Amino acid sequence: MIEVKALVKTFADRSSDRVRAVDHVSFKAEDGRFYTLLGPSGCGKTTTLRCIAGLEKPDSGEIEVAGIKVYSSSNGAFVPAYRRPIGMVFQSYAIWPHMTVFENVAFPLRVGKQRLSGVEVRKKVGNALEQVELGQLEERMATQLSGGQQQRLALARALVREPQVLLLDEPLSNLDAKLRERMRVELRELQRRLRITTLYVTHDQIEALSMSNVIAVMSAGVIVQEGPPREIYMHPKTQFVAQFIGSTNQLAGRMRGLQGEGACQVETDVGKLSCGMAKDIPVGSEVVVVVRPENVILHTGKPSGVENVVEGKVATVMFLGEYLDCTIELGRNVVRTHQPHSLQLRRGDAVWVELPSSGCLALSAEELPIAGGIQPDTSDTKNPRLQPD
Amino acid sequence: MEVAPREFVTTLKNYQNAYASQYTYSTFKNSVIFASGSAGLSFLFGTVLAWLVERTNTPLRVVFIPIAVVPLILPGVLESIAWIFLLSPKFGYINVALMSLSGLESAPFNVFSLPGMIWVHSVGQVPLAFLMMVAAFKSMDPALEESAMMSGANTPQTLRRITLRLLMPTSASVLLILFVRTLESFETPALIGIPARIYVYTSEIYLAFNEYPPDYGRGAALAVGLLILSAAGVWLYTRSTREGKRFQTVTGKAFRPRQFDLGPWRWVGFGFLMVYFLVVVLLPFLVMLWASFLPFFATPNLDALQKLSFENYQYLFGFRPFWDAMKNSIILAFMSASAAMVLTSLIAWIVYKSRLPGSWMLDFLAFVPITVPGIVLGMALILLYVAFPIPIYGTIWVLLIAYVTRYIPYGMRTASGAILQIHSELEEAAAASGASWWETFKRVTLPLLRPGIVAGWIYIFIVSFREFSTSVLLATGESRVLSILLFTMFEQGQVTVVAAIGILMILTLLTIVAVFYKLSGRVGIQT
Repeated sequence: MIEVKALVKTFADRSSDRVRAVDHVSFKAEDGRFYTLLGPSGCGKTTTLRCIAGLEKPDSGEIEVAGIKVYSSSNGAFVPAYRRPIGMVFQSYAIWPHMTVFENVAFPLRVGKQRLSGVEVRKKVGNALEQVELGQLEERMATQLSGGQQQRLALARALVREPQVLLLDEPLSNLDAKLRERMRVELRELQRRLRITTLYVTHDQIEALSMSNVIAVMSAGVIVQEGPPREIYMHPKTQFVAQFIGSTNQLAGRMRGLQGEGACQVETDVGKLSCGMAKDIPVGSEVVVVVRPENVILHTGKPSGVENVVEGKVATVMFLGEYLDCTIELGRNVVRTHQPHSLQLRRGDAVWVELPSSGCLALSAEELPIAGGIQPDTSDTKNPRLQPD
Repeated sequence: MEVAPREFVTTLKNYQNAYASQYTYSTFKNSVIFASGSAGLSFLFGTVLAWLVERTNTPLRVVFIPIAVVPLILPGVLESIAWIFLLSPKFGYINVALMSLSGLESAPFNVFSLPGMIWVHSVGQVPLAFLMMVAAFKSMDPALEESAMMSGANTPQTLRRITLRLLMPTSASVLLILFVRTLESFETPALIGIPARIYVYTSEIYLAFNEYPPDYGRGAALAVGLLILSAAGVWLYTRSTREGKRFQTVTGKAFRPRQFDLGPWRWVGFGFLMVYFLVVVLLPFLVMLWASFLPFFATPNLDALQKLSFENYQYLFGFRPFWDAMKNSIILAFMSASAAMVLTSLIAWIVYKSRLPGSWMLDFLAFVPITVPGIVLGMALILLYVAFPIPIYGTIWVLLIAYVTRYIPYGMRTASGAILQIHSELEEAAAASGASWWETFKRVTLPLLRPGIVAGWIYIFIVSFREFSTSVLLATGESRVLSILLFTMFEQGQVTVVAAIGILMILTLLTIVAVFYKLSGRVGIQT
């Protein structure tokens, strides 16, 4: 179990004032769960992880790992990294180039207080390498391994001490797309089998959605939403979360009025829309309506008896194999939608776009760097102010 | 040596003596011509060689890289002596050969001149210029040139408008470093300049200390002038390298440099490499080897061939001062290389890894000695330790202090380079694996640092072993080192014995470096 309470970590800025990389972050990862910190570069997720590992000293707050208070600002407790019951995989893997595969994995067993016999070390290293399917490569120099193999080696090294908690810092980001997909499955399988509490840091929403029990979305040093993947995806609480997770269409508007429990009407550029609503938003305030592309329905003729229909013109049609990715112009707005490729569409065709109210969500408008209908690219925008994530 | 006056008076008289004489201007002029001429010539050679080797299809260029560096092992004193053997107007082999071949009346070359000094010193400095320019060519992204080609520029245009432009900041800093090093050097000014009555700052300082009675005041005042000049050079150097960062093309990526196809011109390039190899690398060694077997200096002919013997070597075998000097040189080189590398590794670690406040000060302090010319350092240490309560003046300890001080900046370069290469996650992974600070340092940091430290150690060993300009003031009597023994015996006219010492010196250096390289290679790593 990992429990973090009101964690604060600041860094010196160039202009000599301090930047809050982590700002009163609190969360709890239960035993055996896969907990993910998700956010763009510079949001403080890696700093949080490094504080838990003991590689950074926080400014204030409390951290408990597997029942041990490893840090507490109230009584000044700070357990150094090498005394914490953790295993960690680094973004660069940090495989020691001067050691063989075996020596890399044996290292955690040969340092620190516990001293094991040679036979035991051999057995444990063998098991750990077996778990990640590197059993045959013990005597290789670590640098002779491929990227994927180095990644497994780093994992074996993190697990060989049988830590209470596994910390993973963007472990898949240096792999190519195919390998990343496979490792996602393998990593999750391994975690399930070992039932080890895992804290995972990533900026990749697919990794987060597919692997986690719980996701905490971070932005600018704070957790903006925490919940299971499905809830994060289906019911984003803020515009930032909606925009960061998955692709989203956004239409700016103004709240007109409530329509019963959790439903409302919004006046937008494309007309009045009926939407769902997560929390009460005062009438008259600025909102955005978010719709996932897969929820948008296209009609080639004008439908009758349905609400939220807008007439538009096909702007682009892209064939992506599994589906058609279309953008539809609705006046000044553009809406993106995924359609089956059986649909015959061409540029310039007139269509009727249905935005079902069950798929529309009204959220308070925020000041965000990227707005508009097209999904933001969250892959690697560096924020120079903060520690690299 | 006379003891410096104990009572201190503040006076400008020394400066008046040093700078108001008729020689003031000529010393300054000679120094500047000598330094800029040598910097320019060695830069030209080094750049052409580096370009041919790195960026063209000149035949046999791969073999040439280690060959070009070999002269580094030849101590500057020997370099000068070898070229006196070759270019002396009276007996120089090249002069004699040219005169008998062409029937010239007088010797075409005279090494005892300013151009002679520039030539001898430049030739010794080419390897340095070569190495720095190779690094510059290597770190240049070929895509920058290729995109010029794609924009329609032909080869000369690309060379002129992209390649040379990108090299400009590096070239400026290389030129400055060569300039400062020449200014601070004393080997050529001592062996060629003093007999030729061409004085530069270093020789003037030396003479001020060695005339009777020694004029410490004038020496110190001259030293301040030299110090200012070299400090200005170093300051410009650090500025130009900082400027250079704007153009920095190093990304840590390994490039495959683009090679220019020279066509038939590649044989001209090949000829240049061969001439350089024969004249600059091989000839000095050969003439030294030849002379070492002669009872007295003679031109190579059948007559002399019959006189060849091991007499000089036999003489040296029973010659106590030679063995004392050999022992001193080896011990000193060993100790100063080890001390400097231990010290600089620690400093580099503190500066780049510990993030302690104020650690940049250490970095700065470790860099400062680079501005102090060897002979000025020697002078400062004399003035400091002659009156020092602990009697270390006249021992090898004062030399050790001098060497370590001088070479800390060089050690710092390799050590900090090695430290910076270690990704901090490698150390953090050890901490996350349960290793304490000491275990991490011992089992991860140190083994990863080793190749860099070994390289720095070998370099400092070599330069300490051949050190001359500081030792010339500090090494006396029993603390005499090999380079000083060479110098004094050459002045006394025992030139063939000197040649034999030179050969033994080179062999010793090669053996020790090879053994150390082998030893450290076995425990080192291949990454």
